Amino acid sequence: MSPEVNRVNHFKANLIRIVIPACAVVSALLLGAVMLGTLGANPLSGYVTMFSAAFGNLEGLANTAVKSIPLLLVGIGICIAFRSSVINIGGEGQMVVGALLASVTALAAPDLPSVVFIPLVLTVGFAGGAVWGAIPGALKAYFNVSEILSTIMLNIVAVQIMNFMLRGPMIDPEEVARGTRIPQTARLPENTDLPMLLDGLRVHLGFLIALLAAVAVWVLLWRTALGFRLRSVGLSRDAARYAGIPVKRSIITALAFSGAMAGLAGAILVFGSESHRMVTDGSSTGFTGSAGFNGIVVALFAGLHPLWSIPSALLFGGMLVGANALQRALQVPSALIIALNGLIVVFVVSSEYFRQRVQRGREVAQTLDEPAAGVAAGADPQLERVVE
Amino acid sequence: MTVEAVFPVLEMRGIGKRFPGVIANENVDFDLRKGEVHTLLGENGAGKSTLMKILYGLYRPDAGELRLNGRPVRLSSPSDAIAHGICMIHQHFMLVPSLTVAENVALGLRSTRGPLTDLRHVARRIGELSDAFGLQVDPFADVWQLAVGERQRVEIIKALYRDASILILDEPTAVLTPREVDDLFETFRRMARQGRSLIFISHKLHEVLTLSDRITVLRNGRVTGETDPCNTSREELARMMVGRDVNLAPEKPAATVCEARLQIENLVVAGDRGTDAVCDVNLAVCGGEVLGLAGVSGNGQRELAEAVCGLRKPKSGVIRVDGQPVAPGNPKAVRKAGLAYVPEERMRDGAIGDFNIMENLLLLDHGEKRFCRNGFLRFGRIFKHCRKLVRAYAVKTPTLETPAKNLSGGNIQKLILARELSGNPKVLIAAQPTRGVDIGAAEYIHARLARQRTGGTATLVISEDLDEIFALADRIAVMCQGRLMGIVDRHEATRERIGLMMAGVDPDSPSKDYCPVSESTSR
Repeated sequence: MSPEVNRVNHFKANLIRIVIPACAVVSALLLGAVMLGTLGANPLSGYVTMFSAAFGNLEGLANTAVKSIPLLLVGIGICIAFRSSVINIGGEGQMVVGALLASVTALAAPDLPSVVFIPLVLTVGFAGGAVWGAIPGALKAYFNVSEILSTIMLNIVAVQIMNFMLRGPMIDPEEVARGTRIPQTARLPENTDLPMLLDGLRVHLGFLIALLAAVAVWVLLWRTALGFRLRSVGLSRDAARYAGIPVKRSIITALAFSGAMAGLAGAILVFGSESHRMVTDGSSTGFTGSAGFNGIVVALFAGLHPLWSIPSALLFGGMLVGANALQRALQVPSALIIALNGLIVVFVVSSEYFRQRVQRGREVAQTLDEPAAGVAAGADPQLERVVE
Repeated sequence: MTVEAVFPVLEMRGIGKRFPGVIANENVDFDLRKGEVHTLLGENGAGKSTLMKILYGLYRPDAGELRLNGRPVRLSSPSDAIAHGICMIHQHFMLVPSLTVAENVALGLRSTRGPLTDLRHVARRIGELSDAFGLQVDPFADVWQLAVGERQRVEIIKALYRDASILILDEPTAVLTPREVDDLFETFRRMARQGRSLIFISHKLHEVLTLSDRITVLRNGRVTGETDPCNTSREELARMMVGRDVNLAPEKPAATVCEARLQIENLVVAGDRGTDAVCDVNLAVCGGEVLGLAGVSGNGQRELAEAVCGLRKPKSGVIRVDGQPVAPGNPKAVRKAGLAYVPEERMRDGAIGDFNIMENLLLLDHGEKRFCRNGFLRFGRIFKHCRKLVRAYAVKTPTLETPAKNLSGGNIQKLILARELSGNPKVLIAAQPTRGVDIGAAEYIHARLARQRTGGTATLVISEDLDEIFALADRIAVMCQGRLMGIVDRHEATRERIGLMMAGVDPDSPSKDYCPVSESTSR
């Protein structure tokens, strides 16, 4: 097969990758339009409001970027886990633990210059998430505990610890003095505030970190020996074991990395927030805003590819921004957006079936173009041409 | 031959079937007379199974017509085919293990007692059929308790019970001992004498020559010849299948035996059900020697190989490579010790279908310094290395980025061989190295194994194919029910003797007779 044909095929494969999920999103939006209509709003103007609020101006784009940070970080963590064939539903808990430990560090440490302080607290967040991810990893590797169950359970544990800490030992003394008792920490040291990237826009350093992390995860998965081992284990535990790859250790590593990304997301959520505190509202997703779950959607929508996760996270981040605008402009409950999110997930996940079918058809056609059976074996000159 | 015998019960004329980018069948003519065994011979991918799937109603042909007893028919589903008296005995049996034989036979049929089952009636009929065709089977036994040969008899009884006039037999001998094969062929002949017509699919040439009345050979979706056993030979059939001369018995120099490189001492391995699948086996393979391990499938060969390769932790026993004991149950340590393994389950253990050629070649060596610096893979070197391997082992692939699942069985096996042999192993375990592989690739793989032998590797070839064992081995060991029945020198071995040993009879010491019945069949 000539390189040109190859390139064209590659291009077509990428095209399919975009077109099919795009169709799914459009279908979901159409169904959402029906819902908007039954609520008495004009669907078209609703969508226009949403879109322009999220992507229509610089301010909106900045908001979208900020909203997409935790989604992207959790999403790329999910890419690592799912590519290694471990299902991490524990993004929520890993975010919480990362954020808590980072906040504790920020409150307890002496005042350091930002250049040192920011990397320190973010690293602590990263490590906290890694530990919270490694626990279900070890349980799975050594005791064969389903990681789906253990990660979900650890979410609840983490949230309860957070509620206790933010209401008890870590609560802002002012809240106690005023008697309002909102579960939040005191204002964290100014030197831990994530700096803004651009003047006048709210987008902060966390966005850049998330983008770099996405690239780093891509490098990890496709350019390092470790990533190679993780992907082997993900695709075939039997073949990996047979090749002498440590399967158990790989499972723990995958979940630890996956949790670390979520932990980093949690820390950035704290230090990039406008209030510069860790805040919750007492509900289970009060701190994360469900980013630990929505990150899974982001990753699935991106076909578990860390770089495709960037546009995917921006899309879902934009929907969150748009939802707020929609609520303000049309008095539509923002729960509609949650429903719309759900619709997109259902459509995208089902569209995967069509994508695989199209791809399988193409692959079969490609392979069978080269008749492989029955030709004389032995080193033959034909092969050189084929391989070049 | 009588006029009736010549009358074709089935005619397939000008059958064509295309899949995107490939012609599976083109202008294929095939006919079946009443009371004959007609063999369909061809390599994997030659179009045999496509043709049979058309006959069984699983595929619709793009061109051509199908006539049964002279009348054109359209078969759009297997139930259509069964209604027309066509039954298929699949290579992988389609039985429900937790049901009894009678229940399996009755499955899907209308009961004579309305909504109530009529198993007693079914059992009686099964009894009659077993007597008539020499198919001994207990109608009330649970299927999971039955040995492979018995399960096959159940499948055949199922077809006879439905009064099939045309039986498609898809590689029915693959799982049987030579003795069982003889019995099975006798059954087939009885069925043919009764006026049933049999389509026999096989690639074992001597079986084809023994059983068939006629032979049709397919290659690349086309019929390359029709002949009968009296007018042909193995060599000619192989030539028709492959399209060129095939070397069926490669010449090999005498073994240059040195000391034992692989030693297995008092090995006991538990099987999947918890009973001992390998009981106290002692084996030694010398450098420059090929030891063939024969046996009917499921007699402990797989567990033995997995234990030696560290995939299964043995209950007791020692495995040594070059005299050094290897850590049990640790595939990495075993590989470090210099052992390579070509696994039986090629697509499960040997290769990752979604990985491309390069990634599959990298599975073992990706951590080595030459391919990995500071944790980063060195793709320049890896690419060069893989390109060299692909060329050296004649793996046919469009690019190194092609996913392994798109390759044919033979090419995947060559790919695995390339990876396993590239480290020049001290010991090589090859399990079913050519099963499901086309003749061309099989020939190449055999030549490669022979070259490795010359290079001083100790090779253990595990195979259910006696032809393969006889072609490759210097000594032949036979396993039955987890025990080693004995080791015979290639020159003193005969098919009959090995066959008897496979069935558990030691011709040298009849006192030993049948090997102890393991729990798998008695429970």
